[in-house]
Amino acid sequence: MRAAVPFPRLLILRPVNTPQCRRLHTVKASQTATEPSKLQTNRSACSEILRIRKSLLSRERTAVEVAEEYLTRLQQTEPYVKSFLYVSDKVLADAEEIDRRLRRNEDVGPLVGVPVAVKDNLCTRDMPSTGGSRILEGYRPPFDATAVTKLRQSGALLIGKTNLDEFGMGSTTEGSAFQVTSNPWDSSRVPGGSSGGSSAAVAARQCAVSLGSDTGGSIRQPASFCGVVGMKPTYGRVSRFGLMAYASSLDVIGCLGSSVMDAAILLGAMAGHDKLDATSSKTEVPDYAAKLVPIEALDSKPLKGIKIGVIRETMGDGVDSGVISSIQASALRLEELGAALTEVSLSSFPLGLPAYYVLAPSEASSNLARYDGIRYGSQVPADDLESMYGSSRSNGFGQEVKRRILMGTYALSAGYYDAYYKRAQQVRTLIQRDFSKALDGNDILISPAAPTAAYKIGDKVNDPLSMYAGDIMTVNVNLAGLPALVVPCGFVKVGERDLPVGLQMISAAFEEGRLLQVGHIFQQTLQNLSFEAPLPNK
Amino acid sequence: MLHRHLSTRKSVKGKECRAQVDGQDYEAVIGIETHVQLSTLTKAFCSCPSKYGSHPNSNVCPICMGLPGCLPVLNERVVESAVKLGVALHCQLSLKSKFDRKQYFYPDLPKGYQISQHDIPIARNGFVDVDIPMEFGGGHRRFCITRVHMEEDAGKLIHAGNDRLSGSFYTQVDLNRAGVPLLEIVSEPDMRSGVEAAEYAAELQRMVRYLGVSNGNMQEGSLRCDVNVSVRPKEDLPFGTKVEIKNMNSFSAMQRAIDFEISRQVTLHQEGQGDKIVQETRLWEEESQRTITMRVKEGLADYRYFPEPDLPEVILTQDYIDALKASLPELPDEKRRRYERMGLSMQDVIILANDSDVATFFDAVLEKGADVKMAANWIMGDIAAFLKSEKLSISEIKLTPLELADLIALIKDGTISGKIGKEVLVELLAKGGSVKALIEEKGLVQISDPDVIESMVDKILAENPKQLEQYRGGKTKLQGFFVGQVMKASKGKANPTLLSKILLDKLNAKQ
Ligand SMILES: [Zn+2]
Repeated sequence: MRAAVPFPRLLILRPVNTPQCRRLHTVKASQTATEPSKLQTNRSACSEILRIRKSLLSRERTAVEVAEEYLTRLQQTEPYVKSFLYVSDKVLADAEEIDRRLRRNEDVGPLVGVPVAVKDNLCTRDMPSTGGSRILEGYRPPFDATAVTKLRQSGALLIGKTNLDEFGMGSTTEGSAFQVTSNPWDSSRVPGGSSGGSSAAVAARQCAVSLGSDTGGSIRQPASFCGVVGMKPTYGRVSRFGLMAYASSLDVIGCLGSSVMDAAILLGAMAGHDKLDATSSKTEVPDYAAKLVPIEALDSKPLKGIKIGVIRETMGDGVDSGVISSIQASALRLEELGAALTEVSLSSFPLGLPAYYVLAPSEASSNLARYDGIRYGSQVPADDLESMYGSSRSNGFGQEVKRRILMGTYALSAGYYDAYYKRAQQVRTLIQRDFSKALDGNDILISPAAPTAAYKIGDKVNDPLSMYAGDIMTVNVNLAGLPALVVPCGFVKVGERDLPVGLQMISAAFEEGRLLQVGHIFQQTLQNLSFEAPLPNK
Repeated sequence: MLHRHLSTRKSVKGKECRAQVDGQDYEAVIGIETHVQLSTLTKAFCSCPSKYGSHPNSNVCPICMGLPGCLPVLNERVVESAVKLGVALHCQLSLKSKFDRKQYFYPDLPKGYQISQHDIPIARNGFVDVDIPMEFGGGHRRFCITRVHMEEDAGKLIHAGNDRLSGSFYTQVDLNRAGVPLLEIVSEPDMRSGVEAAEYAAELQRMVRYLGVSNGNMQEGSLRCDVNVSVRPKEDLPFGTKVEIKNMNSFSAMQRAIDFEISRQVTLHQEGQGDKIVQETRLWEEESQRTITMRVKEGLADYRYFPEPDLPEVILTQDYIDALKASLPELPDEKRRRYERMGLSMQDVIILANDSDVATFFDAVLEKGADVKMAANWIMGDIAAFLKSEKLSISEIKLTPLELADLIALIKDGTISGKIGKEVLVELLAKGGSVKALIEEKGLVQISDPDVIESMVDKILAENPKQLEQYRGGKTKLQGFFVGQVMKASKGKANPTLLSKILLDKLNAKQ
């Protein structure tokens, strides 16, 4: 079943010349290696959360100064990136409050003063929450999503709401009713989607970290397109309460950041059972960040004993050759670090995409029924009830959402249910079984996060099927409910531009800790690859 | 409750018979879907109070209003109630059931779907045994239960200017009821007449009241019945076209509505117009005592059911079921059978067992050692009359079961007469207190000393020589006059049996 991957050896072991953590203008080389080590830290792997925390607790800076740094950059870059639908007007006031608490030496929490952006399909009581939809324009929820509540309790500074494909339905963020977000690496390209605003905001350093949601790849694909880390947790790991449902059995809230460490800290702050979400898990939440070891403390084979399988079906036809070679190089790097590498085959893999595009729209058609213009959101007055429903929904929803509602309604209709919904559920069971078999023999499975790097804005607007095809790498993971981590791993050269490529790592349910540990080691050894997007104003 | 049960149902007897006469060659087939609103403290999927009669939209929250991002979390009491009723209805319980979404658009349905159970209900294949009241011919019936499932109620629409949404000036939505837990009980099409259907529904009401899972109040809508009626030539196997009837808010209305509908359909058949019976929903109109068309069903509604992804499966363990089973109270049918075994007539059994408050009172009186027949008679006689005139329920009276038992014992052992007993009872019902203290205080103890009675009789005979002579001359009817005189003199306290014996002896004594 498993065979060694015949990867070219010459791709690995480039000259080692890695600068220490030096992000932005304020940080000194704080982590000067005390002992010589064979492995050195890549600066992209440095935690922005820990940097902020350290500077605040040491009184080197104030929360207001940190907030101003981000707001200033947000102001400079936003005209080009357009990742925010709303920027909080309370950021500085909230930062002042954090400073007061710091001065009183209060317990401030692990995310103290960290500017966090939140995808706009998550409910926030002090900011509008539209889900990127015209039908919820101006809507302000009376409550916070549980994930948001937990961030606030951890001391985070919520700076605003990020753009997305309407209700999470899309892979480019062009499906937003309000604006098109650009990829910070190339403003003519899409940031991916649906969490395109959240990933672009991290890439453009408009926020330290951000929250996204992932139904079929909505965190992982934009993370890959924008060269950031994206964590899609196990289904049920983070409460969905307050997340505007797209496909309830697939939806997961996750995080985006520039480092694996940041993803680990953020996930740790959000994860756990919630009595408001009956599908949230009671499985204990480990201290993810505590188990991440700096590379200096490890020997040259830190991944010894870890078994990694490369999913064969993700490395062939239809996948960009630059993407394939980045993933192959990453695989070899993991092997160099001591992991045992094999190739695995998931025969059901190609069935995932069609099954996903039956199940997700089916649930969506039901989840979006509540947007009827009666209790909240935009209403088009009409003489009778049917017309009111019709006009309000036709006016309020965009093309892609309507397309999926129609598909889903069709799939659930009497006489079609067995052929579509039920059959897709059977495929889902097959996919779960294949994953579980592959993960019996492997700790982690790897694949690209997307078949290509970021494409041009407008490229797929009139070709939904080709946009759907781009989800091939990610949807299966949602169907199986597994956790997956995307770490930037290489570049594809397109003309003069280098566009980032992400490596997807998948593990068994509730094994986020292992993904983060391996991802952290991997990211620290990326050596001379820098994933700092060239800021548009430079 | 006690009196209403008897009086209101009697009035339909005539109509019921007529329908049967007209429909000699036809048979009605009736199935009932019953919605029972559970009396849980909170709603099915959120923590809002599940209260009737609150100010509109005061018992609502983001969850039951269907705001974006909200999720349902199942109230375990709903499962408990469903299991209790399932067990009481002798159902087979599903150790693993699930919730589904029933989808349709309506302004009283905030999420655009109702959380219900579709293909795997929590309970199925049960039955209920009922006793038809004696005034409708009596007899036992067993009606089968297809299924019991859990679901949530919708809100309420209040229309201005019309009683329907279309044509009203405006319509207001009250979501207090949205998310209130319901059990839907679906019967097999086993009923054949209005009285059977009404008795089935009444038995369900008793059952949910006995179990304490619902107040079963039809006026408040806590118990709602949708009835499917069709008729077919007797001995014919296929069912006729079924018509659904709604809007009946009492068992008597149900009975009348069904009997009206049966005779309407039978008449159409007899006139050769059977094809005019169409699949439709008809409303019972109380004013005109008839059913009228509400809407004709055009094809089957497609509710696009699919499994509710926000809720895990409902898993029951046998231990859980057994524990609930063991905690169940005696159910109405069990009670009726027990009363029957005690020697009470079916008429008495039904009256005593069918109201759980009455049955509880009756059982408590028996527990204090009272004579069964006497206890039954007192409760169904004087106490029922008092309740009726005062418009009270038996749980509201001041008389305790212990005092009634004492009263019965005192009458039985001759300490007081039945007549005195009636007087004492009125006082006890209204003011409470102890029987013994009351009869002591008023000196109501019956005179049972033969010497005392004899001297009273002697005195009366001596005072009424003329009547005595007439009696002895053959006018024996005057015996009553003498009894009355002695009773009057004794202030009603003379033991009547003793009195009549002594009096007769004296009257008929040889001169
Ligand atoms: Zn509520």
